[in-house]
Amino acid sequence: MTTITSPEQNRELMAFRAGGQEFCVDIMTIREIRGWSPATPLPRTPSYVRGVINLRGAILPIVDLSARLGLGACEPDGRHVIMVVQIGERAVGLLVEAVSEILIISPAEVQPAPEIASDDMKSLIRGIVPRDSRLLSILDVHLLLPEVNAEAA
Amino acid sequence: MATDPFEAIKATYFLECEELLADLERHVMALESGDADSDTLHAAFRAVHSIKGGAGAFGLEDLVRFAHVFETFMDELRSGRKPCSEQAVRVMLAASDVLADHVAAARGSNAALDHARVAHVVADLEALTAGTAPSAPGALAAAAPEPDGPAPDEFGFTPVAFDFGLGDAPAEPQGWRIHFKPHPRLLETGNDPALILRELARLGPCDVTLDDRDLPGVDVLEDGAFHLAWDIVLNAAPPETAVREVFEFVDGFCDLVIAPLGAEAEAEPVAALIEAPSDPVFATAPIQMEAASAPAPARAAEPAASAKPAAGGGGGGGTAGAAPSQTSIRVDLDRIDKLINVVGELVIQQAMLAQSVVESGLARSSAVSVGLEDLEQLTREIQESVMAIRAQPVKAVFQRMPRLVREVAELTGKSVRLVTEGEGTEVDKTVIDRLAEPITHMIRNAIDHGLEDPDARRRAGKDPEGVIRLAALHRSGRIVIEVSDDGRGINRDRVRAIAVERGLIAADAPLTNEEIDNLIFLPGFSTASTVSDISGRGVGMDVVKRSIQQLGGRISIASTPGKGSTFTMSLPLTLAVLDGMVVEAGGQTLLAPLSAVVESFTPKAADLHRIGPTETLIRFRDRFLPLIDTAAALGFPAAPMQQSGARGIAIVVESEGGMQAALRVDGIHGQRQVVIKSLETNYTKVDGVSAATILGDGRVALILDVDALLSLGKRAGTPADLRLAS
Repeated sequence: MTTITSPEQNRELMAFRAGGQEFCVDIMTIREIRGWSPATPLPRTPSYVRGVINLRGAILPIVDLSARLGLGACEPDGRHVIMVVQIGERAVGLLVEAVSEILIISPAEVQPAPEIASDDMKSLIRGIVPRDSRLLSILDVHLLLPEVNAEAA
Repeated sequence: MATDPFEAIKATYFLECEELLADLERHVMALESGDADSDTLHAAFRAVHSIKGGAGAFGLEDLVRFAHVFETFMDELRSGRKPCSEQAVRVMLAASDVLADHVAAARGSNAALDHARVAHVVADLEALTAGTAPSAPGALAAAAPEPDGPAPDEFGFTPVAFDFGLGDAPAEPQGWRIHFKPHPRLLETGNDPALILRELARLGPCDVTLDDRDLPGVDVLEDGAFHLAWDIVLNAAPPETAVREVFEFVDGFCDLVIAPLGAEAEAEPVAALIEAPSDPVFATAPIQMEAASAPAPARAAEPAASAKPAAGGGGGGGTAGAAPSQTSIRVDLDRIDKLINVVGELVIQQAMLAQSVVESGLARSSAVSVGLEDLEQLTREIQESVMAIRAQPVKAVFQRMPRLVREVAELTGKSVRLVTEGEGTEVDKTVIDRLAEPITHMIRNAIDHGLEDPDARRRAGKDPEGVIRLAALHRSGRIVIEVSDDGRGINRDRVRAIAVERGLIAADAPLTNEEIDNLIFLPGFSTASTVSDISGRGVGMDVVKRSIQQLGGRISIASTPGKGSTFTMSLPLTLAVLDGMVVEAGGQTLLAPLSAVVESFTPKAADLHRIGPTETLIRFRDRFLPLIDTAAALGFPAAPMQQSGARGIAIVVESEGGMQAALRVDGIHGQRQVVIKSLETNYTKVDGVSAATILGDGRVALILDVDALLSLGKRAGTPADLRLAS
């Protein structure tokens, strides 16, 4: 079922777990991965925004990806990690359970997101990738923060 | 848009224009106050010339045209053909203004060009230029057209070389023979030989011959190399300096030989000149000429140095000395901000590291601890140096004021002398940029409302000439700017009457003198019975107060009837840091900007009064202020106020609009200066929070937006209401 295509068309994706499910994002959007450190809560923000942390002098908002996807708020401990992703001009930290591996995926492997997905999920998923017995959802980080998205448009 | 390299160059040009205009004004001022010499004129001329040069490159026709008329006039003055009379200086001042307007217009600012004024000033300049050249008709007949812009016939006379007193210049050259060979560097710096040749052609008819002898074959032609040269025969006799000025911007980036035409046979073929660079005879001639013409540019830097001792001494702004020319580089502010950010982070990291070392139980005398102490010192030094990069003397703002004073004095018919002090006081560039407006307004106010007219002053036994003092000084980590006048002082009865009339205070409100004086800062208050053109315009001291508060500053007034008033503004040295009160609310560490904090106190249970279903008022000095629970307003979990009773601390804050309220917090952990970090960089604006900062332990703390908090607390009110409540 895997078609051989030219390497240029293959994408490198970073696989990770959040809310007990597996996801992946384009590796080019990831700036760094760091351990969880407590965030300072922000007033009057959506519940999935856990607050802000200090990333070498910059104020970095932290999004609880599990909560954002409607999979329930995460109770972070020392094993959780923050993936710092670049969304346009901004950097955002995604709180996830763990990062697992780098996948090289050809376009043929990607299937469209099925209709059954919940609205929250559906709007953020660009497709699904089956790998052995696993199923990974490709996440579009640009849509994670609605207000950021609106301003970029 | 911003990525267009041409736009970027243009932006740099306008930045330079700002500096050049400031230079120009300073020099013209120096001329006016009489402590100038001929070098001052040269320096002023060069400023205008540089503006014109750049404008030409960008095709800013109007600007070029005006700068040219201005320059032509100044050329008359500096050559000594025309005395630098009082009238001449006045016209130059007006012309400087118009030039600034032109630059602003070219820059695309909203301010429309006042064409009537421009025409008037142009007419003045031309009249003075023409009127004082009695020999003009003769000169006109004798020589080729004067260097000029798009309107050649308007100033058709010729500056004659010998007037420049450059002894080595040949007496009466018939023209000039120029060999011009650009270096590759000339092109790299964005200059265009074609523009230079075009400029040269403005001096008179030119025969230009391309010299392509050095041009190698296409096979060896290198990218980036430049092999062409030009031979130009200028069939006109402008002074050599005029010819050299054309090449002024490419000085050092080209081989340039300028020789008078009359020296050899007129018919000498251009080919003979082609050999010039290698011919020892020709080579020495230009060197001598350079020596002869060199003093002019060199002297230009001197007035700055000679004016220095007089700086701060008072008198007209002309004494505002410039620093002797120093080597400097232009750096994008963003880069410096980035550096400041990184250094700020370095300081925090260093503190965290030191903390860890202490916790690890290492002895103080251990090598690690000692090394860390040294590191701390170095870090602090780096931080101070970096902050100093952004610091600039307030002179940049102060030197704009003498003109303002003169203009307002003229409009009001008052006689005013401006005394400035502490022009060297340094403050962050962002602060400087925003200081001009409030200072301008305060000075206008001081002249318009503060000072009496000369007759009244005489009657009061004062010097008919009023004094406005503008001073800057550093005080406890802030910059303090004072604007004082020796006028009549605040007429408290009148201020009070007006405040009552406008409904700002109750007729029987008991107010101290100080409180009455401060009424002038209330929105909608203006003591001028007619809205004058000077300080009117619908804005009052409330606007000044607001713009200062936006900078994290405060303003106060002290007035003595009959003796004058002093406005004192106190501002942070930089907008990148903020003095804050570290407070705790809802389990979070927060910062309240000190500029908004009036007072803090621990309220007693009897001080709190419930009003309506949710609101609580707190007694503060016999007044009742709305009490806002900080944690609740921010949506953090907090114990309800009634349960906590009088526990907690009330911080009385004042919004930019002057509204006062009390914020309830759980505790105060002292004051500290913090570096402001934007939330918007990576996120969006958050209600109730103006920015964030990083505490010594590396954690993020939010800075409260007092204004937003007060409206989040859903209390409406005006200072008047609060006063009436008492």
